[in-house]
Amino acid sequence: MGLLELTALELSGKIKDGEATVMEAAAAVLERIKEKDSIYRCYITVDEDGLMERAAKIQGKIERGELTGPFAGVPVAVKDNMCTKGMLTTCASKMLGNFIPTYTAEAVLRLEEAGALVIGKTNMDEFAMGSTTETSAYGETKNPWDTGKVPGGSSGGSAAAVAAGECFAALGSDTGGSIRQPASFCGVVGIKPTYGTVSRYGLIAYGSSLDQIGPIGKDVADCAALLETIASYDKKDSTSLKREDTDFTSALTDDVNGMKIGIPREYFGDGLDGEVREAVLNAARALEGKGAILEEFDLSLVEYAIPAYYTIAAAEASSNLERFDGIKYGYRTADYEGLHQMYKKSRSEGFGAEVKRRIMLGSFVLSSGYYDAYYLKALKVKALIKKAFDDAFAKYDVILGPTAPTTAPVLGKSLADPIKMYLGDIYTVSMNLAGLPGISLPCGRDSGGMPIGLQLIGDCFKEKNIIRAAYAYEKARGPFGGPEGAEMGAK
Amino acid sequence: MANVISDETIEYVGILAKLELSGEEKEQAKADMGRMLDYIDKLGELDTSQAEPMSHVFGVRNVFRDDVVTNGDMCEDMLKNAPGEKNGMFIAPRTFE
Repeated sequence: MGLLELTALELSGKIKDGEATVMEAAAAVLERIKEKDSIYRCYITVDEDGLMERAAKIQGKIERGELTGPFAGVPVAVKDNMCTKGMLTTCASKMLGNFIPTYTAEAVLRLEEAGALVIGKTNMDEFAMGSTTETSAYGETKNPWDTGKVPGGSSGGSAAAVAAGECFAALGSDTGGSIRQPASFCGVVGIKPTYGTVSRYGLIAYGSSLDQIGPIGKDVADCAALLETIASYDKKDSTSLKREDTDFTSALTDDVNGMKIGIPREYFGDGLDGEVREAVLNAARALEGKGAILEEFDLSLVEYAIPAYYTIAAAEASSNLERFDGIKYGYRTADYEGLHQMYKKSRSEGFGAEVKRRIMLGSFVLSSGYYDAYYLKALKVKALIKKAFDDAFAKYDVILGPTAPTTAPVLGKSLADPIKMYLGDIYTVSMNLAGLPGISLPCGRDSGGMPIGLQLIGDCFKEKNIIRAAYAYEKARGPFGGPEGAEMGAK
Repeated sequence: MANVISDETIEYVGILAKLELSGEEKEQAKADMGRMLDYIDKLGELDTSQAEPMSHVFGVRNVFRDDVVTNGDMCEDMLKNAPGEKNGMFIAPRTFE
């Protein structure tokens, strides 16, 4: 059995037992990248220089017993919107085409301190704005299951890299579904944690009240262990929370007896693909077979989540992206007259169409005269949506539904109609508005062979409930396989 | 569509957003923003008179810390990212004569 067929936890176990080395794992991943990434284009930057020296250093620390964690020696990928000291960090934008951070994002630092080997930086939608990884200034990533399809987005490079065996696990970020939806499209597992669980320090901000970093991996256990590794209270992120209950792997118990699972009727209505519906309901029945109690219910306000989300996200984006002014870092236009024209031309040339669209909308909804009608209104609707989930979680441990209404769309078809693309986020954006944790894991394939994602949603701080349910379902489902063969991919 | 974005509005938003759009981009932006606002207007159907606007979901506010520098001097490395630098400072276009 080749190393690439192992999960992250299996690999670190073998390294610990002396059956494999970090250098062998790194070499296997590099070879796979050389073989496949010219097709899939999961990476913007592969940090090949000095990789073997770094691998050998980690190997030494493992042998001396200085590194004992589950990610010691595991090659991982990082979405290119997280700062990595000395390593190009582009956010998939021309604006940051030459940006070399002077510090490393806290979540990445946690991973490095645990002995993970960062292989490189993955492709994404520009500034994480998009659902297909097609808005990247560096070309689109292709879905390893079918290179005519998108990998999803915005963490499309991370999800595709895990599916293709170009890393063992990856970090993504999720503002409106950007971890869960690409995980769904690529047949891998992704978790968006409760807001504030993982430090956002060093994550290039899009919508600060919504952004959260999380793991993408081959199975639920890898994701639980990765989340456990990166979760931390961080003084440098004033929105991070002190939590005592981040021992997420303790929830890998394969026991859902008596667990109350709510199924919102609104998540199975118009717009949901029939094959997706069938696969997700089958997954629900598998959990019922293990002793979970299913109940349908009405989750109110579902149709208001997307307009509220895009108002808030655009508003925050317009404010966050003000910093790109062509002075301190990033792109500066060649010809200009005076300071203001330099700002305007640099930004207009440096940002892509989708980013400009959201900055314009955000500037508008925050402008005097429209602030109350749009931005403040959206913040009030957010409060109502949070309340609707509070009511649901008074009755249920977990909410179950699809991650996305369809499987991965064909490349080149989504960007022409932005609103239609935004509607694909219907089942994921609410969790960002309400700060809730959610997990996506594969639960079947459509008639074209494309993976279908099951989403499990928990109340705030209740990651363990969704990890418990996901792990139990995964055990019932059996190995899912991957695009490179039955033994690769999701376990 | 219900929301018609005027030339003046798009001009004004361009100033706020610090973006310079070409004629074609402006027309596209007017159409896109109009459509998006039509969609967002759906929020108007909801009675929110009793709701408080929610920014942080857990109501965290006023997180203070002592004003102590904990990171080292990264001046040189930071300036390497600047489009223009001189004598340890960023170069910006002249703003007054």
